[in-house]
Amino acid sequence: MAATAGTAEAAPSVEARGVGLRAGLVTFAFLLAALAVGLAVGPVHVGLGSIVRSALSYVPFLHVHQPLGAVDRAVLWQLRAPRVALAALVGGMLAVAGASYQGVFRNPLCDPYLLGVAGGAGLGATLAIVYASTAAAGGSWTVPLAAFAGAIAAVVVTYGLGRSAGATHMTGALVLAGVTTATFTAAVQTFVQQQHTQQLQNVYSWLLGGFSTATWHDVAICAPYVAAGSLVLVLHRRVLDVLSLGDDEAASLGVDVGRARLAIVVAATLGTAAAVAVSGLIAFVGIIVPHTIRLLVSTSYRAVVPLSLLVGAGFLVLTDVVARTVLSPAELPIGVVTAFFGAPFFAVVLRTSRGAR
Amino acid sequence: MIETRDLWVRFGPVAAVRGLSLRAETGGWTALIGPNGAGKTSALRALAGLADYDGEVLLDGQDARRLGRRSVARLVAFVPQKPETPPALTVAEYVLLGRTPHIPYLGGEGRRDREAAARALRRLELEGFADRPLGSLSGGELQRAVLAKALAQEAPVLLLDEPTTALDLGRQQLVLELVDALRADGLTVVTTLHDLTLAGQYAERLVLLDEGAVVAEGPAAEVLSAPNVAAHYGANVRVLEEDGGVFVLPVRSG
Repeated sequence: MAATAGTAEAAPSVEARGVGLRAGLVTFAFLLAALAVGLAVGPVHVGLGSIVRSALSYVPFLHVHQPLGAVDRAVLWQLRAPRVALAALVGGMLAVAGASYQGVFRNPLCDPYLLGVAGGAGLGATLAIVYASTAAAGGSWTVPLAAFAGAIAAVVVTYGLGRSAGATHMTGALVLAGVTTATFTAAVQTFVQQQHTQQLQNVYSWLLGGFSTATWHDVAICAPYVAAGSLVLVLHRRVLDVLSLGDDEAASLGVDVGRARLAIVVAATLGTAAAVAVSGLIAFVGIIVPHTIRLLVSTSYRAVVPLSLLVGAGFLVLTDVVARTVLSPAELPIGVVTAFFGAPFFAVVLRTSRGAR
Repeated sequence: MIETRDLWVRFGPVAAVRGLSLRAETGGWTALIGPNGAGKTSALRALAGLADYDGEVLLDGQDARRLGRRSVARLVAFVPQKPETPPALTVAEYVLLGRTPHIPYLGGEGRRDREAAARALRRLELEGFADRPLGSLSGGELQRAVLAKALAQEAPVLLLDEPTTALDLGRQQLVLELVDALRADGLTVVTTLHDLTLAGQYAERLVLLDEGAVVAEGPAAEVLSAPNVAAHYGANVRVLEEDGGVFVLPVRSG
């Protein structure tokens, strides 16, 4: 933009592409459309105009008349809206965490569950469902809290294990430590589950994940972690580009690699753990969304990180619409839908953009 | 100017560099040579602040340890033996990453950074390549992009670890000529080099390391003697001096 100022010759355009205006607008429009579909679609039909007017009627001083009856209003704002909001938060978080993990470990197959978040959360939730649900009846907090604690504990163990292997091979050691933790927690979780087959259904449906019981309460639990976590990750987008050059080059460019990696892992883990705690284990979002952006827009983390946040949010909202409408009034597990539609879509993207790289 | 005093690099009980004291003057080219495992790369990594060391590394007379990582990165640019060049990044994006030590930790590039990157691209004749992905460049163009990124760092000292490894003869000369031109601009250059003839032609000062210690140093004609090469490389060579250059030719023994 201002590159020519101060230099006599015409300077070449030396800009990092970043998000780019077009990709930014398209992505934003996609998210808005997904939110609108999420709010409008369901057994009770509510038109888009009514949704907008109903929303505006809550804004003071605008004096917009509430167009919906009490039932429609309750369906829209107490059932559907929290569900859409929660799906957006979880989808955005899983996608942005997946993108960041892939960057920090320089491995395209990393997903947000890499360091044991999934195994730890699964074990925590299983223990809570099996041992606590009878004792603390009606404790809707118990399972998410136990899942959150289990996820954080598992990642702390993984990080400790990885560090003890020495700083020089930190990334490889962390990935291996994550596999170790995940395997161990899965073993314990399966054992507990087998000992309490009467709770199998509850455990299983938690593990599959979903938003059928979403409330504003869940949104409030999860939102601060997602907001803080994704803010830290978006701020680190250029640092992630520097880390993509490898530890040595990043360090020789003045970056404290260990500290940067820890900040990114902590932010991604806290956000992911909060998302998993309120939604269960939803596979595939953390891999498919960042890679779609890499293939269609740019591999620079300056684009991948912010766009993953927006696209992941919209993607999971739409997936949830499919999950709750296809077999209505029954619901499909959302993880099944993300994989069933995500895998072929990703295959198409992979094929059509082969030559683009 | 970069200087070391009694530099030791240890890996557990093994010392890779033993008491290295060297002084690389501004605008000069110093080559660290020596057989495999002599400690060349460890010494260079210590100079770049990438390896723990005992002793002192002085940058323009200041203790590198006191300066901190970012300040060191503004004074010393380091090009590893095999630099990562993410194929989908554009040349501009890649070269701009060289500005990292001048940008706040979570910040983005400003006008001065874009100008510095543009100058680096111009210096290495890459103006037309700014928007090309690294993966689309030829080997020679990629080498220039790597040097442009180091140049954009605007550090007065340039360290290169085996810059000619895995390059054919023409590209080896291309890279060394480019480095020589940057040195003529006033950069202090320190490289490790395993090709003794090339080292003798481009560097005005050679430091021969063996088992971590300096065993000879000075101009090529002094360091690259047949007895020196035989004693430290275990190689049978003939050394020719012609047109002011020193040529080390392997000769089959027996």
